[in-house]
Amino acid sequence: MKVFALLATLATGIVLLYGTRDFAPWGDPDSPANSHLSRVYIERAVEETHVPNLVTAILGDYRGYDTMFETVVIYCAGMAVVCVLRRSRS
Amino acid sequence: MKQLQEQVARNPEGDNLIIRTAVRLLVPFIQLYGLYVIVHGHYSPGGGFQGGVVLGASFILLALAYDLKTSLRFMSERVNNLLSNLGALIFIGIALLCALLGGLFLDYAALERLIPLGAEEWHSLGIFLVELGVGLAVMSIMVSLFWDLASGGDMEEGL
Amino acid sequence: MIWQLDQFVLLLVVVCAVAVITVRDLLSAAVIFGVYSFLMCLLWAKMGAVDVAFTEATVGAGISTVLFIAAIFRTTRRSKD
Repeated sequence: MKVFALLATLATGIVLLYGTRDFAPWGDPDSPANSHLSRVYIERAVEETHVPNLVTAILGDYRGYDTMFETVVIYCAGMAVVCVLRRSRS
Repeated sequence: MKQLQEQVARNPEGDNLIIRTAVRLLVPFIQLYGLYVIVHGHYSPGGGFQGGVVLGASFILLALAYDLKTSLRFMSERVNNLLSNLGALIFIGIALLCALLGGLFLDYAALERLIPLGAEEWHSLGIFLVELGVGLAVMSIMVSLFWDLASGGDMEEGL
Repeated sequence: MIWQLDQFVLLLVVVCAVAVITVRDLLSAAVIFGVYSFLMCLLWAKMGAVDVAFTEATVGAGISTVLFIAAIFRTTRRSKD
């Protein structure tokens, strides 16, 4: 059984490594991920938001929904732990 | 693990003078650094989430070096609940305020109708306020997670 | 980063990942997981994603290790192995 699990893991790893061969080179400016939306962000973000740090501009402004629901998820996790574990003191 | 449990059961206050003194000296600087990370997120790596985690870690360090009661003295349960709700409400409140002022949800430029500063400046300021809310929420939720997990929920003893 | 150093860090990441799931003591597993997070943080910083590296260092190595240890602290060992 252990040998079978090892073989399955190795086969999955080899397939995943084979899939990475089609990736664009690291940092390639002409790759599909970098050529459409990223270019617009890099050109416009500083003059539209006056935030020099591009990551903060994207996270806080262009992707505001993402950050908002990230906060809501953390809030829900904290409240769930409080609801399950915390006992009120007399 | 068993050794640690027995040691904590024998001496819940912790007896290492070096660790306690070092933590007492370190905690203000860690909190200052957390505030710096939140406020300086516009210009350097960092932001609300990371700064909030650093701020929360300072309280957790206090609870680890002393005991849980000491960290409860610096931030009580009520204040912790209040801050976590306030942080989430700041974010959603600002987003709703944008919508109520006639813009889109989370479109900070609409806040210009409240105080005219210019759309770009309001984008920058809106991101700052939102990051502040994220920082508050993350800080208090990390601390309350640690309290509940370390004490099993009764907030009496633990680690 | 020099590529030899890069390969070395990647090797250490794999060693840590295997060690986390094979080591018997839960406390050791939590600590090795923290080491794994720091190595990943090093890799993110090397790739230029400083924000991700910062998050990984604070959350992955700082808070989550402490939360793991706090959770393990409440457990007891039942089996004698």
